Amino acid sequence: MTKVLELQGITKRFGALTANDDVSLSLAQGEILALLGENGAGKTTLMNILFGHYAADEGTVHVFGQELPPGKPRAAIEAGVGMVHQHFTLSGNLTVLENVMLGSEPLSRLRSARQEARAKLMRIADRFGLPVDPDAKVGKMSVGERQRVEILKALYRDARVLILDEPTAVLARPEAQRLFETLRDMTREGLSLIFISHKLHEVMSASDRVAVLRGGQMVAERETSQTSAAELAELMVGRKVERPVRTDHEIGAPVLVASKVRVGSGAETRLDDVDFTVHAGEILGIVGVSGNGQAALGGLLSGLEHPSGGTLKLGGEDVGALGPRGMITAGAGRVPEDRHSEGAVGELSVWENAVLERLRTPAFSRRGFVRQRACKSYAAELIDRFDIRGASPETRTRLLSGGNMQKLILGRVLSNGPRFVLANQPTRGLDEGAIAAVHAELLAARSEGAAILLISEELEEAVALSDRIQAIVKGRLSQPISADEVDPQRLGLMMAGVWKEDDHAA
Amino acid sequence: MRLERRTHTPLYLAVLAPVVAILAALVLAAGLIAAAGVNPLTAYGEMLRGALGSKLSLTEMLTRATPLIFTGLAAAVAFRARLWNIGGEGQFFVGALATAWIGHTLVAPGWIGVPVLLVAGMVAGALLLAGPAYLRLRFGVDEVVTTLLLNFILILFVGLMIEGPMKDPLAFGWPQSVPVDGNFRLPDLVPRTRLHIGLLFAIGAAGLVWLLLARTVFGAETRAAGLNASAAAFAGISLPRTIMGVALISGALAGLAGSVEVMGVTAGVTTTMSPGFGYAGIVVAMLAALHPAGVVAAAVFIATVFVGADAMSRATGVPSFIADVIVALCLLTMIVALLFTTYRVRR
Repeated sequence: MTKVLELQGITKRFGALTANDDVSLSLAQGEILALLGENGAGKTTLMNILFGHYAADEGTVHVFGQELPPGKPRAAIEAGVGMVHQHFTLSGNLTVLENVMLGSEPLSRLRSARQEARAKLMRIADRFGLPVDPDAKVGKMSVGERQRVEILKALYRDARVLILDEPTAVLARPEAQRLFETLRDMTREGLSLIFISHKLHEVMSASDRVAVLRGGQMVAERETSQTSAAELAELMVGRKVERPVRTDHEIGAPVLVASKVRVGSGAETRLDDVDFTVHAGEILGIVGVSGNGQAALGGLLSGLEHPSGGTLKLGGEDVGALGPRGMITAGAGRVPEDRHSEGAVGELSVWENAVLERLRTPAFSRRGFVRQRACKSYAAELIDRFDIRGASPETRTRLLSGGNMQKLILGRVLSNGPRFVLANQPTRGLDEGAIAAVHAELLAARSEGAAILLISEELEEAVALSDRIQAIVKGRLSQPISADEVDPQRLGLMMAGVWKEDDHAA
Repeated sequence: MRLERRTHTPLYLAVLAPVVAILAALVLAAGLIAAAGVNPLTAYGEMLRGALGSKLSLTEMLTRATPLIFTGLAAAVAFRARLWNIGGEGQFFVGALATAWIGHTLVAPGWIGVPVLLVAGMVAGALLLAGPAYLRLRFGVDEVVTTLLLNFILILFVGLMIEGPMKDPLAFGWPQSVPVDGNFRLPDLVPRTRLHIGLLFAIGAAGLVWLLLARTVFGAETRAAGLNASAAAFAGISLPRTIMGVALISGALAGLAGSVEVMGVTAGVTTTMSPGFGYAGIVVAMLAALHPAGVVAAAVFIATVFVGADAMSRATGVPSFIADVIVALCLLTMIVALLFTTYRVRR
């Protein structure tokens, strides 16, 4: 097989940090290579060097036998390298066609060649099996569709090597599967692909070959067929990581009870007469494809949204009308879906975020004045007890890694001894080590008798942690099934909305 | 070349930013002064002498700095919460009007009257900003537009009042409002100058604002809400309450500027009593990087420019409008300088 791409001895330093240390990598024609590594292993830096966003301190990049000049994205594009970034670079107020054309025409042209561009776009869309409406506004599209536009944009620039940075980070499982099927088809059209990931299951199912980066170094290369998820996990983390396992124990009395709860109304109904009960010492898993009402459920249990019908009781007390502060006082701990936009204020220090929810309690303020010393020692305690690395109470929160930020949020919630905990996508975007830590904390809270509602799109996670599972589909909840009865097929059917009506009615 | 976000801003950069910004603005303005046919060094020398060269000029400069500290604090408090109060000028005038009106009619000893008038100015300014804040919370109306436009309405309203119901009959037809009672004038800080104890009030206000922002629950919640509204809301911080609280404090500070200026300097209200104190307050707040202590320093600098430019104009013939140019340039250069405190340039 011919090599379309070759990186040799790439080294890149940022100050004292060596992000890439003598990394070599090659890609064969028609191959799908997965670049696997934890957050901060140097995957994105390496791809940015390949694409010319960064100039390497040492090493060379060859594309189709030609050496690329360092630090010139345009040269990379002209050589046939396309990159699809994790965070999309599209304008929401422009159409698909306009987005694709953007930057590909010289400014000196007075009229843009829309007709030709449209023909070319449709030709590409057809050839690679990426159907798209060229006149649709990007702002109105789902993330999956937007990603398709990103890929088309790269292909429109005649990319023959495509780099995808964490392409599934924003996608639900079925969308991700569809993406990988499409990518597989694209290689038959002569494309070669590298995708960056830290998710083992997708690396195992979608790639031909895996390169594992750890701490900036290339630690292993494997044919996917010759390796296993367990081996890759160990290579990636550098030690054996095992997710903690739930052990059976006595389940207590009901703590949180929702009966016939409705959020929104009419065509805007987001939760439709849902019933669920979470008992003390129990984890109730809510699984489902994203966009089926998880946001409304999360909002409801956070105190940001209120039922338009039905009742929500926490410890026998009606909490439907309470806001966030009321929910906290009533004994609810809340881990939000998005730690950056809702969980923590990145520009504030760790100690300020640690006490943000409870600033007005006597422990942290007196007569309107913040008791800074008490706050900081509390934050130091959290850092210690929840193993939040790289943090002191004064650290800017945005400098923490995703896993450590999540531990901070979990710590803030759990140290309060909550009766009920909402854990909304608690491990999204985290690496293996952090996932194991989060799972351990949730299970520890369960042992101490907290009632936990876990909303997750990761089936493995839901099955591993939950005592009972309910599926959420179009704002409706299935009957719970106990963890012992779970099999993948039944879960799949539940998530597709197939459950016996008497199950629902019961 | 690309911009890369800094992990943190070192202290020396935070202090250096306004200094560099001011130097850059002065260099740019030097071009204009040279174009007017005057050696910029001579002009700046005259400016310094005119603002700091004698006891009289120094007190005059500090007199000018007093309202700027208040309006600067008003802008800093609001901007920290991402409430874009551009209406300091209007709040200044409404505070001045309320003070003159009550100060003229009230019959009371000074020790009662002075606090009453100060509170009147604060309430008037606070109420004027409460309107735009309410419109933003209730209907999402952009407060930049509403507060800015209110400035023009207020100037016209002042004109109406001082030609009409509040016209001073003893001013020989001069457009000026009735003066506050002599009982309620603020005592001089330095005898036989215009400098009054309002300067101490301003410095005290800076201290209180610092205390409020840095040490209280309200300050912490305001900061959180300004930096990340959705995370603050998730943590149970009421955004409407925070925004309204900030609006009342910011408006009160700007109103206080007008109140103190009337009681300390002008006695009556005229449409020309402010050389743009409200707008210059925005520049003061930016140069101070929204820090209350910085506000005091920045106000002194801007006052130096204002007062010095008059003297320079008399000595060299360069129009004193150069002061407005320098102040405006400072805002632009400071915004660029702030960019470099949060980002670094990488090749």
